[in-house]
Amino acid sequence: MIAIPYLTALTTYFSYGLLFAFGQIRDLFRKIIDWSRANNLQGYAPICLGLEDFYTRRLYLRIQDCFGRPISSAPDAWFDVVERYSNDNNKTLKRTTKINRCLNLGSYNYLGFAAADEYCTPRAIEALKKYSPSTCSSRVDGGTTVLHNELEKSVAKFVGKPAAIVLGMGYVTNSAILPVLIGKGGLIISDSLNHNSIVNGARGSGATIRVFQHNTPSHLEEVLREHIAEGQPRTHRPWKKILVIVEGIYSMEGELCKLPEIIAVCKKYKAYTYLDEAHSIGAVGKTGRGVCELLGVDTADVDIMMGTFTKSFGSCGGYIAGSKELIQYLKYTCPAHLYATSISPPAAEQIISAIKVILGEDGSSRGAQKLAQIRKNSNFFRSELQKMGFEVLGDNDSPVMPIMLYNPAKIPAFSRECLKQNVAVVTVAFPATPLLLARARICISASHTKEDLIKGLEVISRVGDLVGIKYFPAEPKKQEERMVKLD
Amino acid sequence: MDVKLNTIASAVMDIVNTAIDWVTLAFDAPFARAVDFGVHIGVEGHLFLEGFLLVFILLLLSRKSFKPPKRPLTKEEINELCDEWVPESLIPPLTEEMQWEPPVLESDAGPHTIINGKEVVNFASANYSGLIGNEKLLESCTSALEKYGVGSCGPRSFFGTIDVHLDCEARIAKFLGTPDSVLYSYGISTTFSAIPAFCKKGDIIVVDEGVHWGIQNGLYLSRSTIVYFKHNDMESLQSTLEKITLENKRAKKLRHYIVVEAVYQNSGQIAPLDEIVRLKEKYRFRVLMDESNSLGVLGGSGRGLTEYYGIPIEKIDIITADMGHALATEGGFSTGNASVIGHQRLNSSAYLFSASLPPYLASAAITAIDFLEENPDLIMKLKENIAVLWEGLSVIPGLSIASNPHSPIVFLRLNNSTGTLKNDLRLLEDIADRVLKEDSVFVVASKRSSLDKCRLPVGIRLFVSAAHSESDLRKASESLKRVAASVLMGQSRMREE
Repeated sequence: MIAIPYLTALTTYFSYGLLFAFGQIRDLFRKIIDWSRANNLQGYAPICLGLEDFYTRRLYLRIQDCFGRPISSAPDAWFDVVERYSNDNNKTLKRTTKINRCLNLGSYNYLGFAAADEYCTPRAIEALKKYSPSTCSSRVDGGTTVLHNELEKSVAKFVGKPAAIVLGMGYVTNSAILPVLIGKGGLIISDSLNHNSIVNGARGSGATIRVFQHNTPSHLEEVLREHIAEGQPRTHRPWKKILVIVEGIYSMEGELCKLPEIIAVCKKYKAYTYLDEAHSIGAVGKTGRGVCELLGVDTADVDIMMGTFTKSFGSCGGYIAGSKELIQYLKYTCPAHLYATSISPPAAEQIISAIKVILGEDGSSRGAQKLAQIRKNSNFFRSELQKMGFEVLGDNDSPVMPIMLYNPAKIPAFSRECLKQNVAVVTVAFPATPLLLARARICISASHTKEDLIKGLEVISRVGDLVGIKYFPAEPKKQEERMVKLD
Repeated sequence: MDVKLNTIASAVMDIVNTAIDWVTLAFDAPFARAVDFGVHIGVEGHLFLEGFLLVFILLLLSRKSFKPPKRPLTKEEINELCDEWVPESLIPPLTEEMQWEPPVLESDAGPHTIINGKEVVNFASANYSGLIGNEKLLESCTSALEKYGVGSCGPRSFFGTIDVHLDCEARIAKFLGTPDSVLYSYGISTTFSAIPAFCKKGDIIVVDEGVHWGIQNGLYLSRSTIVYFKHNDMESLQSTLEKITLENKRAKKLRHYIVVEAVYQNSGQIAPLDEIVRLKEKYRFRVLMDESNSLGVLGGSGRGLTEYYGIPIEKIDIITADMGHALATEGGFSTGNASVIGHQRLNSSAYLFSASLPPYLASAAITAIDFLEENPDLIMKLKENIAVLWEGLSVIPGLSIASNPHSPIVFLRLNNSTGTLKNDLRLLEDIADRVLKEDSVFVVASKRSSLDKCRLPVGIRLFVSAAHSESDLRKASESLKRVAASVLMGQSRMREE
């Protein structure tokens, strides 16, 4: 849980208030100027009315250059960021041909499969030549190739479930599977910090949605008891089924889910569990099998396991793993399986090869090395940041570490200063996080070397001093030097 | 007459006078004359009575109204309820048709493909321009794979924007003649993310009843008021628009949209765009069009339905398309004028919260568009192929063509439906299976998800490609004729028995 210091809260509120006031004054001038000019809407209602896009126009556009930076090389440990310039105060940004070689602390590249890999890429190119970049049809028409069946078997074996179904995009997996599993008359209880795709899928299903406090199994139990006793709203009929949705690693907090306690609660009250392992599959656990392995939970206890291949496997797509009957039913009726184009064959081959590398089936120990490297890197980076006095969130072993910024002015300051010193970081603000809790999020990769991490730490420390985000007292310097000498 | 009136008037006057006397008497009289219920009481009695009444009234007001006492459930009662509750199983019991497996391809999904070791003619892939297996496409993908790897490892705002994406967006915009476009990483997510970005609660959307599931899901997520009109029926559209405009005369701030597909996936019909634009301008609705199956197919140079009808593309407000059809790649895009695109970049959930398109697929899209522009004869070839197939398929007993003669999806429907969707589907799947096994022609029956609200009839779909040769097309028509005759004759004989 984040405890924001009192003074920081006051200054953050003040900053937002000031920005809001300035925005309103500008809007007023805009209205006055627009009176004199004719508008060309011709009787159509405007797409955005009034304050609907106030945040976008007056706050986000000021710092737009910190988001959406284009790159011109593979998103590996070091990459090329393209410089952009703006002639109209950040409203539109134009590319230049100048590039900056920067350290990549922002891409989801946990096991280092992002760039061309010596084992995976030749195989992906072979699959491309054999099957072409797309099958142009859905899985039930002419889109199932030998690769797709092999991929599903391989994923099921890796995750530890009897069967799996693979779809072409992680976002669509959640949006199209939840309406199939649960409908009107069912109850979905989801963690308060779940990802937008889960929220969309839950809304699209038509079931009643309730939220429990982030990562608090006791509150989940309370909510379950209350709702089972009361039944459906207004009619008080018993619920048809209850589905509890949690994530393995929460991408904005870097925390691991308290899976054993939550599974125990769900079993006691006969609710079904849905685990979204987008960030944790392949990145945590001794052999990379995700939070279930890390926390010692039997995969048979989780009813539906979902994950994506974008983060640890360097590809695209999402999967659902479960019992054979569940997967058979989903293949019969899931709209994304019936109507959407099947996953691209080279991407499928990349996933199969990446799984082989992780399990060591390619004949080398690169997989085990990668897993050990990412664990070492994450723990080292996190402990060093904490020693410097930054407020870092997340549990040990998690490769995602958010650094709290709080103030809206510190977001562009931190981002631009780091870029000037050739370190690329990702800053996140409203609406992905609550208004007061803006943060910079670091994602560590197995392809970062020790020198890369030390350089990153130096730059972040310097910028942190400049911007003023070392909210905690730093550890005394002598101890730090001793630690570095030992390494 | 007058006398009577006089008497009445005088009587009334008398009554009024007496009343006034009484009132003045009441006011002027001293307290001692107070009388209650015919009983004389003194001043003290009067005060006591009034005081008592006042206290009584105050007491009544201060009491709470009677509510039955609230008894929250005790812990034991909740435990009991929780123990008694039995959930439904997660999935319904599996039936026989759920065990069906699709045929597995062993080579690329071009006009000829290999299934179970045998070469078959492939009518199940929407490979309209025949670009699957194209040399230039494979070359550009290979170089992109070597340079960028497979995935893009991040959403567009967090270092997932690769220069190939920006080039692809600019290329698409140049091809279609719009200022800019937005690239999505998956075809089906384009519409169900673009619609909620523009339509919010309270807006009014008029939709064709035959749209595909992506659009239906987008409409449901947008929480707007949805009105359906009959499939591809312009009169139904006009009357619906008329009705809505009459009902909502005062609502100036409500946004109004019409959502149609250029070529309908569920039936192969083509939307009459000139009519729609005329109606849209008359009633002031914005149009959102899905051009997945018309890009690279309709129009002289493949620019889609607007070129086919000769309408300037600025008249259509939002165009979305799935690139997994004519462009032989994956992903989707949306285009329109600058404010529409800018709005989507900041409000569309599948763009903001999901990883971007793998760079090799974006470079495939650029190469595909370049190829289409350089070889406009592909579109002519496709048109010829569709005509040849139509000729062959129009004389099949029991099946009739339900799609438009220019549409690349040739949709065969049963003349006499068996009555239920399931049985129709079983019959059609039977035909498709036999055609594959006996004649090595790969066609598919259109399957419907249980979540799909579309009620159009199912049928057999053939996707025509510019790479099909005439012999392929004749083979398909012959085979379908033969198998359909035997299956449907057998079925009608069974019905008679």
